[in-house]
Amino acid sequence: MAPQRTERLLNLVIALVATKLWLTKEQIRRAVPQYDDCESAEAFDRMFERDKEDLRELGVPLVTGSPSALFDDEQGYRIDRDAYPLPEIAFTGQELAVLGLASRVWQQASLAGPAARAMTKLSALGVEVDTESLVGVEPRVRAAEPTFDPMYAATRDRAPVRFRYRKPDGEVTDRRLEPWALTSTGGHWYVVGRDVDRGAPRAFRLSRVQGAVRAGRPGGYEVPADLDAAALVGPPVIADARTAVLRVRAGRGTALRLQAGSVIPGPATATAPGQTEWDRVELPVGDLWALAEQIASHGPDVIALEPQDLQAATLKLLEGAAAAHPGGPASPASPARAVGGGAG
Amino acid sequence: MSVSATARLSRLLAMVPWLLQRQGVPLAEAARHFRITEDQLVKDLELLFVCGTPGHFPDDLIDASWDSGRVFLGNAEPISRPLRLGVDEAVALLAGLRTLADVPGLHDRDVLEAVLGKLSAAAGDAASRAGAVRVDLSGGAQEPTLAAARDAVRRRRRARLRDLVPSRDETTDRDVDPIRVANVGDRWYLEGWCHRAEAVRLFRLDRVVSIEVLDVDGTPPAEAVARDGDDDALFSPSPDDLVVTVDLEPAARWVAEYYPVDEVDELPGGRLWVRLRTASPDWLPRLALRLGGGLTVVSPPEVAARVRALAERALAGYDAADAAVDVTPLA
Repeated sequence: MAPQRTERLLNLVIALVATKLWLTKEQIRRAVPQYDDCESAEAFDRMFERDKEDLRELGVPLVTGSPSALFDDEQGYRIDRDAYPLPEIAFTGQELAVLGLASRVWQQASLAGPAARAMTKLSALGVEVDTESLVGVEPRVRAAEPTFDPMYAATRDRAPVRFRYRKPDGEVTDRRLEPWALTSTGGHWYVVGRDVDRGAPRAFRLSRVQGAVRAGRPGGYEVPADLDAAALVGPPVIADARTAVLRVRAGRGTALRLQAGSVIPGPATATAPGQTEWDRVELPVGDLWALAEQIASHGPDVIALEPQDLQAATLKLLEGAAAAHPGGPASPASPARAVGGGAG
Repeated sequence: MSVSATARLSRLLAMVPWLLQRQGVPLAEAARHFRITEDQLVKDLELLFVCGTPGHFPDDLIDASWDSGRVFLGNAEPISRPLRLGVDEAVALLAGLRTLADVPGLHDRDVLEAVLGKLSAAAGDAASRAGAVRVDLSGGAQEPTLAAARDAVRRRRRARLRDLVPSRDETTDRDVDPIRVANVGDRWYLEGWCHRAEAVRLFRLDRVVSIEVLDVDGTPPAEAVARDGDDDALFSPSPDDLVVTVDLEPAARWVAEYYPVDEVDELPGGRLWVRLRTASPDWLPRLALRLGGGLTVVSPPEVAARVRALAERALAGYDAADAAVDVTPLA
């Protein structure tokens, strides 16, 4: 089926480029032998609609107009010859190699396919690729989220979307968005745009979009020219300039020591037999809760001394972890498990 | 499938202008240029041979001959110029290039800027949609580390790493013969033959404390093969891994998105039940402490007991710290 289909599309392209006049659908049907085999007008219509979509996707500038003033209700088709060709560009072999690398970045079909096709088109320019300069570097971008494809299509076409969204706290709401861009940061994909109901820019993590994305009519809004998609995704972390003072068991807390501004070895007097030696580690607080989490993750090996709110935050985390794992010889099976099921 | 038909059509529309300007090019050379087999090329020529302008009489059809092993093409004026890029194609390449440009230390900025400029001009209107996708892969890897790792790969030099192993709370020193620099999301890794482990290992560059490119040949041994390019292959689970089930509070749901998990189930109140595997017995208790009750270990019970014990001992340390002033020397 595929070779026949390629043949049909190629004949269609040639017919529509070669013509100086508008071709009506009926003329096209006669001009392309593979359409002539269609059993019915409906079958031809369906096939022609799909083929038009394919050609537009490939970048073929298919234009419509009226073949005659007398029959202005009948639409005609041709390919805009001036818009058809790739402009003359001269890439060096090294530049083509970088393009090739850029084209292989994509791991999902919605961009990987077009990227590969684009490289094929550029190979018509005739330069040999210099692969030597790129040995061993393989950036990859993947979008495992099922909503990536519909959200990308809507963003590209500037079509407003509706979807259900689960906030980090679990609350589910219906959202209406004019998507401006898809952005990936920290390994997650987000769609940013104008939240129609809130009348303000918002970012949504794609993995938290529930179910289908419904897109409206394309071309319904403008994207801000000075858009900084990444800036909309997360509030910038305000660095806390205070100095945190920690007590770190000798030989432990490696990551904290690496971040530290100073490490003061513990007094030798503190090491009686069986007693632990502690070092005093000082480092910038930065993000208070992030640091508290890091300290808590070291359990009994690191103790937050100052500032007071850092110690309080760390204690809160440790108390929470202890409370979530109450004592007893064996942990009971989660009763909630039986109620669960039917995810997503 | 429509995908393969359009991909093939793209190739044909690129091939025709290329061949028209290289009459008599050997089949093998043309096939190599378009990265297809000679058989596939002949099939393409056979297809071109039966296509043409309406009427499809012999004079209307594309002339193609290749019997001599050299390709001659004619009568293909309507498609004698390469087709412009489509919107998705322009977005894919331009956003891909910007992704590369944003990775610190990875590429020659001058080349990237030149390509971006040329391609934007070539893509015309389609380039205006390139902002639809924006990827930040810069991650936590420091530019000098990434640049040094790339340099080691390119020049095939051995690299001396000191890397941090948070789950064991230690650093290790090792010599690595690099195979490649790769990423999963915005995390960058150096994959290479580790002389210490005598095996292929992945090193997270944001955990590389120091890296030195040695003036020693770093060609990995023949048995050192990079894992498949697929993300999942980078972290293939081992049968020895510990299987753990946990409950996540709504605020800790991100864990199921952030770490590879085997199974996820919704629980009432926006909570999640998750089953995952871990190769490091200390990793999960540390995560539980970090999440401060956002994560409850359901099974195995000994892991839950370990979380409790660590938390209680840590809390006890604070009581001791209040009493024992002597451990904090005056600054």
